[in-house]
Amino acid sequence: MGEVAHLINGLRKHDPRAIGRAISIVEDSGESAEILLSSLDESLIEQTLVLGITGPPGAGKSTLTSRIISHLRKQGIRLGVIAIDPSSPISGGAILGDRIRMMRHALDQDVVVRSMAARGRLGGLCSAAGGVVRVMANGGCSTIIIETVGVGQSEMDIVRLADITAMVLAPGLGDDIQAMKAGLLEVADLLVVNKADRPGAEMLAMDMEAMIRNRKSSHETPVCRTVATEGTGVSDLVAAIGSIDQQHRASGEHQYRRKKSFQLEVIDRALEIIRPELFSTLKNLDGKHELDPGRTARRLVKMLLLK
Amino acid sequence: MSKHSSFAKWQENELRKSISRFPERKNFTNHGGDEIPRLAVPAEIDDAYLENLGFPGQYPFTRGVQPTMYRGRLWTMRQYAGFSTAAESNRRYRYLLDQGNTGLSIAFDLPTQIGYDSDDPMSRGEVGKVGVAIDSLADIEVLFDRIPLERVSTSMTINSPAIVLLAMYVVAAEKQGVSAEQLKGTIQNDILKEYVARGTYIFPPQPSLRLITNTFQWCSRNMPVFNTISISGYHIREAGSTAVQEVAFTLANGITYVQAAIDAGLELDVFARRLAFFFNCSSDFLEEIAKFRAARRLWARIMKERFGTGKPASQMMRFHTQTAGNTLAAQQIDNNIVRVTVQALAAVLGGTQSLHTNSKDEALSLPTEESVRTALRTQQIIAHESGVANTVDPLAGSYYIEQLTDRIEQQASELIKKIEDAGGVVACIEEGFIQRQIENSAYEFQLEIERGERVIVGVNQFQVEEKSRTPVLRVDPAVEQEQVKRLAQLRKNRDNISVGHALENLERAARSDENLMEPVLDCVRKYATIGETCNVLRQVFGVYKERK
Amino acid sequence: MTEKSSKRYRVLVGKPGLDGHDRGAKFIARALRDDGFEVVYTGIRRTPEEIAAAAVQEDVSAIGLSSLSGGHVRLFPAVVEALKKFHAEDIPVIGGGVIPDEDVVALKKAGIIEIFRPGTPLKKILAAFHQACESYHHKAFR
Ligand code: B12
Ligand SMILES: Nc1nc2c(ncn2[C@@H]2O[C@H](COP(=O)(O)OP(=O)(O)OP(=O)(O)O)[C@@H](O)[C@H]2O)c(=O)[nH]1
Ligand SMILES: [Mg+2]
Repeated sequence: MGEVAHLINGLRKHDPRAIGRAISIVEDSGESAEILLSSLDESLIEQTLVLGITGPPGAGKSTLTSRIISHLRKQGIRLGVIAIDPSSPISGGAILGDRIRMMRHALDQDVVVRSMAARGRLGGLCSAAGGVVRVMANGGCSTIIIETVGVGQSEMDIVRLADITAMVLAPGLGDDIQAMKAGLLEVADLLVVNKADRPGAEMLAMDMEAMIRNRKSSHETPVCRTVATEGTGVSDLVAAIGSIDQQHRASGEHQYRRKKSFQLEVIDRALEIIRPELFSTLKNLDGKHELDPGRTARRLVKMLLLK
Repeated sequence: MSKHSSFAKWQENELRKSISRFPERKNFTNHGGDEIPRLAVPAEIDDAYLENLGFPGQYPFTRGVQPTMYRGRLWTMRQYAGFSTAAESNRRYRYLLDQGNTGLSIAFDLPTQIGYDSDDPMSRGEVGKVGVAIDSLADIEVLFDRIPLERVSTSMTINSPAIVLLAMYVVAAEKQGVSAEQLKGTIQNDILKEYVARGTYIFPPQPSLRLITNTFQWCSRNMPVFNTISISGYHIREAGSTAVQEVAFTLANGITYVQAAIDAGLELDVFARRLAFFFNCSSDFLEEIAKFRAARRLWARIMKERFGTGKPASQMMRFHTQTAGNTLAAQQIDNNIVRVTVQALAAVLGGTQSLHTNSKDEALSLPTEESVRTALRTQQIIAHESGVANTVDPLAGSYYIEQLTDRIEQQASELIKKIEDAGGVVACIEEGFIQRQIENSAYEFQLEIERGERVIVGVNQFQVEEKSRTPVLRVDPAVEQEQVKRLAQLRKNRDNISVGHALENLERAARSDENLMEPVLDCVRKYATIGETCNVLRQVFGVYKERK
Repeated sequence: MTEKSSKRYRVLVGKPGLDGHDRGAKFIARALRDDGFEVVYTGIRRTPEEIAAAAVQEDVSAIGLSSLSGGHVRLFPAVVEALKKFHAEDIPVIGGGVIPDEDVVALKKAGIIEIFRPGTPLKKILAAFHQACESYHHKAFR
């Protein structure tokens, strides 16, 4: 396929149009997507740092992302940003607005921003995110930031995909944070208490630190305080991310996560492939339904494997 | 209390005082010679009446802020307009003053409103387009050349850089030999509604609030009769809010300003009397009348109960009104004259202090001179021919109007409470709560029109084929080049070293908690430009970005 | 959810220049969303170059520009020019807002494919976006 070759060439040259087009192809999945993804340079993908930024709606994820971008740009790093917003469950459409907060980088060709709709996927990511990371890596981005949908609960797919996940919290978001607390420490590599200029921020930060102390664990989760609107605390945050990355790469954690992430994605994909098969096999089973879904499922899988 | 005693007391006190200071314009009689009563009151005046309505010029001001209302003085007919360059505008203003106008209302172009100089790349193609372009004191001097600033009252629609324009106005007056003390007028200076509805913000909310309290403080010492803010619901409504939301968000903003001023150590009864308001008047005739009455009462109660002032001057809400531009159609534009008439009438029945009536070509371009005249004539017909100005608050006591007034007040105060529970206006702006409410209302409204559930005459019903449209007003693109040239000259001719010093001093002051008015005055006197001045503040304060 | 139409169109809605009138733009963005489009909304006060750059990165199939303060004469064509710099002039541009009759011809000549003014039924606007996206994909993925 000529087009894919053309796009791969464009990626190599950091051509914005080619990168944009390639991402769309990946997003729409299908045959060209597979050809494209399998033609990518794996070594580029291995070198990138994938940073996940997650947290409740309005915590300041986009504002903070924009600040982190400024920081990394000063170090000459070319980077990608994937900003995900929810899709309307009714129309399937979406308004993608995270970019508004990142527009200061709009004319910087070394900041590749892509807004994406979750397209029905729960957990804060979109299905294509993994593929888009690979495309961006091949488009020369050595750091890729993923801003998830503002998630209120604990389903956080991002930890599967990202090398490092920062959880952004802010005072005044009330119950959301209370509900999240429990799961937080398990998933995030780093806690960020943003809006440190607001009343209640220090309380929240100390609360988090106390929770970390109480937890018996080998590694400790740093708590960073930031004022994203002013840029305060961002250099410390970036430094903390850098040191976690170094640790992870030295200890093998990085490689382990990548491998696990790869496996999980393969499984996901496999399930997607099998899903229609399951449905049609289930139809063949019709009439012979048993009351217990668990048992039916086992029979179904057995039949499928026999096929 | 019996009718006699409270009514008589009002007549002896408020009314008599008012009439002795501002005699009524004439004897009010109908065709036939019957005297028109000044104020109709119920046969029996009970406590509920006194608590909820009272008499005009008396707490809670439901029936108006002056005892005689328009019998003493008609509302000010103030048409908002701006004209390309300072010189062009000056000619126009002097013509208006010659015609007997006493109030000027100045529209600035967008670069000026957002603190960009005319030669800034962001200003390209926008200089002088929707108002007058002001870069420095030099332009303001031209704008007010040969206009007696001690006599005119000037209203300036300027918000985020309001402190700069105010300083320019003060210095221009100074150069005419007019002291700040004598200056009359209003500066909009209402930043909070910019974030949610109008869009000409520069700095984030907190430093913006500081600029506002700085102007309050300076003006309370130096400009005692100048209105230091016009707390505006107009733009909120135009952005698509409901009537209740308009009242609630505007009053919540008002509360925020009052609290910020108190926190900055200002004396409530000194600055509160200089607060003015600005509302929209849309097409739902009865709802709008009730809205004004409800807003007045609610504000009086807030000032009394929440802020604890007993001074009527601090409790009374004085406001300007503008008819609702967004209701005016691009189709069959003569119909717009009728819409504006209905809206203007509601504003007058609601007791406005001044009024702008929109022109029939609203949806096509800036208004032509002819259409502005018709808009003004509409007000004059209401004032002089309709008779509604001859008696005070004529709709009081209508079951429907009073019920609606109560309902709007109640719903608005519930919404205000919601905002406060969520951390106040600033937190709600950052969170996007207010913007979302407005957007939702706007979206629903538009969908109702699209579905034909809401009939807009000439737009989704009763349409006709129309040929080419009426001629529209255009601003000559040469205005921009001219202004950029003027600015280049200025930068060459002024004392750039002292400009630098003044700007450095401003930066230092901005980093401290000093009042910024004096440092800004100094910049203005040295002919620092608005862009240079705002850039210093951008450096210190940062810039605001809209919520998605 | 994606079953209804296999292709989800991505479009950008933007406001070039200093004009802050966003009621119409937000209405259009939301109406497009509710019609199944994915809408990148870039907010007010963007330069033509920023809008074009965003459109390219986002690989949208159409751009909608809104202007009410009279800046359209310079700003709409400037977006088309900026797209050319990115070799992306094939992305169709649709405009809307307070735009006098006389300007429509000039804007179309400058490459704006359609102009919609106050009072236009929404159906017409949505249809124009569908058509623009379809024809763009026809050309782009021959
Ligand atoms: C509402 C309004 C405001 C509100 C805006 C609130 C907001 N957040 O949007 C407020 C009160 C804040 C305001 C302020 C100003 N306004 Co104003 N405003 C209007 C008004 C009355 C209605 C616009 C509107 O929202 N209509 C409702 C929406 C739904 O319709 P719409 O935007 O036209 O959109 C429809 C179509 O045009 C089209 N459309 C629009 N955009 C797009 C985009 C695409 C891609 C498509 C397909 C279609 C499309 O589809 C929409 C749905 O049908 C117009 C006059 C009028 N009647 O049109 C003046 C008007 C636009 N304003 C004007 C002016 C001058 C100003 C100010 C600059 C005044 C000043 N000097 O300070 C300020 C500054 C504001 C700023 N920051 O830029 C002038 C512009 C003059 C000109 N073009 O020559 C107008 C025309 C009034 C006039 N005749 O003087 N304004
Ligand atoms: N006071 C204060 N406000 C902030 C800070 N960071 C962000 N904000 C404001 O918080 C609001 C939300 O910021 P965003 O960056 O859009 O938040 P988000 O988490 O990306 O939001 P979603 O994408 O909608 O989930 C905006 O109004 C910001 O200006 C901060 O450090 N201090
Ligand atoms: Mg965000």
